Amino acid sequence: MEFLGLDLPSYSWQTVLGSAISGVFLGSIYALVALGLTLIYGVLHIINFAHGALLMLAMYAVFFLWKLLGLDPYLAMLIVVPGAYIFGYGLQRGVIGKASHGRDEIILLVTLGVSIVIENAALFFFSASERSVLVPYDLDGIDLGVTYAVYPELIALGGSLLITFALWLFMSLTDTGKAIRAVAKERQGARLVGINVDHIFAVTFGIGTACVAAAASLLVPTYAVHPQIGYLFVLIAFTVVVLGGMGSFIGALVGGFLIGVTEQLGRLYLGESMGVITISVIFILVLLFRPTGLFGQRSG
Amino acid sequence: MLDVRAMSKSFGGLKAVSEASLTVSEGNIVSLIGPNGAGKTTLFALISGFLKPDSGAVTFNDAGITGQRPHQICHQGLVRTFQVVQPFAGLTVRENIAVGAHTRIAGRAAALAAAGEIAQLVGMGTQLDQSAGALTIAGRKRLELARALATGPRLLLLDEVMAGLNATEIADLVTVVRKIRDSGVTIFLIEHVMQAVMSLSDYTYVLNHGAMIAEGQPSQVTKDPNVIEAYLGHGAAKRLLEMEAGADA
Amino acid sequence: MTKRERILGWAFIVCVLALAPLFITSNRWIDFLELTLFVAVLGQGWNVLGGYGGQYSFGHAVFFGTGAYIQALLQYKLGWSPWLTLWFAISGTTAVAAMIGYLSFRYGLRGSYFALITLAFAEAFHVVSRSWSSFTEGGQGVQLTLNQDPALALATFQFSFGGPFMKAYGFYYTILAILMISYAATWWMEHSRFGAQLVAVRENEDAAEALGVNAFLVKMRAICLSAAITASGGVYYVQKFLFVEPGIAYGTAKSVEALFAPIIGGLGTVLGPLIGSFFIHGVGEIAKEAIHGVFGDRPGVDLILFGIILVLILAFAPRGLVGILERVWIRLKARGDA
Ligand SMILES: Nc1ncnc2c1ncn2[C@@H]1O[C@H](COP(=O)(O)OP(=O)(O)OP(=O)(O)O)[C@@H](O)[C@H]1O
Ligand SMILES: [Mg+2]
Repeated sequence: MEFLGLDLPSYSWQTVLGSAISGVFLGSIYALVALGLTLIYGVLHIINFAHGALLMLAMYAVFFLWKLLGLDPYLAMLIVVPGAYIFGYGLQRGVIGKASHGRDEIILLVTLGVSIVIENAALFFFSASERSVLVPYDLDGIDLGVTYAVYPELIALGGSLLITFALWLFMSLTDTGKAIRAVAKERQGARLVGINVDHIFAVTFGIGTACVAAAASLLVPTYAVHPQIGYLFVLIAFTVVVLGGMGSFIGALVGGFLIGVTEQLGRLYLGESMGVITISVIFILVLLFRPTGLFGQRSG
Repeated sequence: MLDVRAMSKSFGGLKAVSEASLTVSEGNIVSLIGPNGAGKTTLFALISGFLKPDSGAVTFNDAGITGQRPHQICHQGLVRTFQVVQPFAGLTVRENIAVGAHTRIAGRAAALAAAGEIAQLVGMGTQLDQSAGALTIAGRKRLELARALATGPRLLLLDEVMAGLNATEIADLVTVVRKIRDSGVTIFLIEHVMQAVMSLSDYTYVLNHGAMIAEGQPSQVTKDPNVIEAYLGHGAAKRLLEMEAGADA
Repeated sequence: MTKRERILGWAFIVCVLALAPLFITSNRWIDFLELTLFVAVLGQGWNVLGGYGGQYSFGHAVFFGTGAYIQALLQYKLGWSPWLTLWFAISGTTAVAAMIGYLSFRYGLRGSYFALITLAFAEAFHVVSRSWSSFTEGGQGVQLTLNQDPALALATFQFSFGGPFMKAYGFYYTILAILMISYAATWWMEHSRFGAQLVAVRENEDAAEALGVNAFLVKMRAICLSAAITASGGVYYVQKFLFVEPGIAYGTAKSVEALFAPIIGGLGTVLGPLIGSFFIHGVGEIAKEAIHGVFGDRPGVDLILFGIILVLILAFAPRGLVGILERVWIRLKARGDA
């Protein structure tokens, strides 16, 4: 098969479809990681560079809950999600907010500093070696004809959709959700009508971190934990957020699926190593030519 | 020297400026007045290249400058100041003014020296080494003026440089503006302080809801029924309220 | 600080750095100094764009790596002299910077967006250098041949078989020379119209434009100078280690090192990256020693500390160590005068 002068291998439609479907599963995880990122961007107008490090930290938490207490990774969600909320709230209120003097570009540097500390602390305490959770069901699944889907993949897909929907409901229906949206839209105005903006920032950061902890629970059954894992995921999550439009939930979801499918098809046609570059290329092109993304409102 | 023809600009559904035309001739002080939200600042932004007009044209010194970038327009001798002051907060007053001076002076030392002279002219001579971020509102307004003046303009667009100043400060600044005009710089200013408008301007334009509703000598314009209506209508009431709110705060 | 004090200060620093080898005989300390100066050069590269221009790049490795790869590949593939390739390394990297700058600044990307796009370019170059094996030798990297002929030490820009002095101090003085040139260039920039306009753009881009500053052009010049300085660090690296591979060239480590030194030392000051580099490496050495006794050799300690110091500096001393030193100096002088 020829495409843009490149000689690509030909595959049966079953193979391509199978690949695309596994891309959807992968994409649902990307979407979930991106969800917290895009929420924080929408409100604080900065990219949280510590997002990947927080994902990695949550994955370690899930791992150790399993290792030490025998807790199933999915059940661990009940502990790590609230824990992550508190951690994220405290991080924004106690560190990021304090250190940045309210200047957006400094927040960026502070989150970078935080991510470096967390990543290297993980390296220091847990070493670079990979750790995997062994669950009895990790290879069971359903035969979809063109591909075989294991339960962890199916649960991740369902979980991502559910969490995105729940977050959307929360933002539309609750008072806190409305306050968050008010701050996102008009910081100064929200302050004038008596909203505690610092509190809302921290709540948003907490929810973003909770999302990434949920993603961690869904990831651990299929991915080994190591200090760099967060960085790998967050690079892709950046792409998803930029593609979907910074601040947009639906954008995160659609962007996640698009990137997941593109990555799998890129792997299929271009090979493992070159497949990865399709993501970088998408990232750069979107940033340059449509920085507001597919569903975004505002640009930087 | 400046000729604006049928300028229009909309933000979403809102027509901020519609079909506005005006002329500023060399050596004059011309003013632009109108109620809050009339579109005055928007018109300045259109002239100075910060906004692209939907339609209309700007001619400056017989050359079309529509669609040019602000820095290009500045190099031709047309500079604006900002109603919402935009100091380089981390720099000193001298360094702030020197940025303007660099438009015509390449050397650093010479630009810094020129900045000192300009500061003297606008009455900031004693504040040269202060951080711009630490200035009072009156100081920041003066700094806006000084920086713009340092670029060596032929035409200066001043957006409410007297707002928020007390009576002595206004009187001071009126003298400064006259001095600048006498040194050969044409001035086009937006002002709400009527005392300043009346005493300074040779000619006045009135904008309301984006459209030019009157023009002429300041004393005549203020008698124009259209203008009185524009002011005593919604705009005037709002303005009074705002002034009260400002006094309370 | 007065101008006179500044000049004397610089003269003192240059003398100390130039004469240091006379007093230091331990290889370990020379290596420490060399590494510190190397990071101080990368830091100044970042500082020109980030500190003076306010454009925070999170992927400065793209310039280090490109400089290093050009320097290595032209020697490896074409057998050119390193003294010739270094000009191509620097100008080639500057061209890459001009491309990245053109794309980013043309579309008005700033803040988070600029940080992301630089990171994305570094990643893209990383993947390409790993995958395009026929051109870059892929993941195994480019290994240059070691010159063992003492007579050719200078000609090959390889000092390990040179005379005893060259062997011990050749690369120390190489990086010191690069440092002095790049710091002089930065000093010149700070005291020129270009520098004043760059700082104006950082402080308020709209106001700068209104005053006749072509913000796009100014940022372009800054990213090019920044890249040229960073690339010269890459040239040094390749000549010293005769090796480059994708992770070293384009990995996040260099991007991060490049921004630690100037932020901690003092953004937008000539001295900042040097002071910052000395501070973090000094602290890093001490911490490694201390940890060694308790935990043995473990990776990550120094970066944990650097990260914490970075956040603390941002929180409590936004003008960095230079700001602190300046305040101390003024207080000391006041006491001296009294
Ligand atoms: N960038 C923008 N986007 C959307 N609407 C805008 C924008 N700038 C101005 N407007 C709107 O255009 C109208 C004109 O605003 P403008 O600032 O030009 O008024 P003005 O005459 O300068 O008022 P004032 O006397 O209060 O300074 C206002 O309704 C304002 O809300
Ligand atoms: Mg206005």
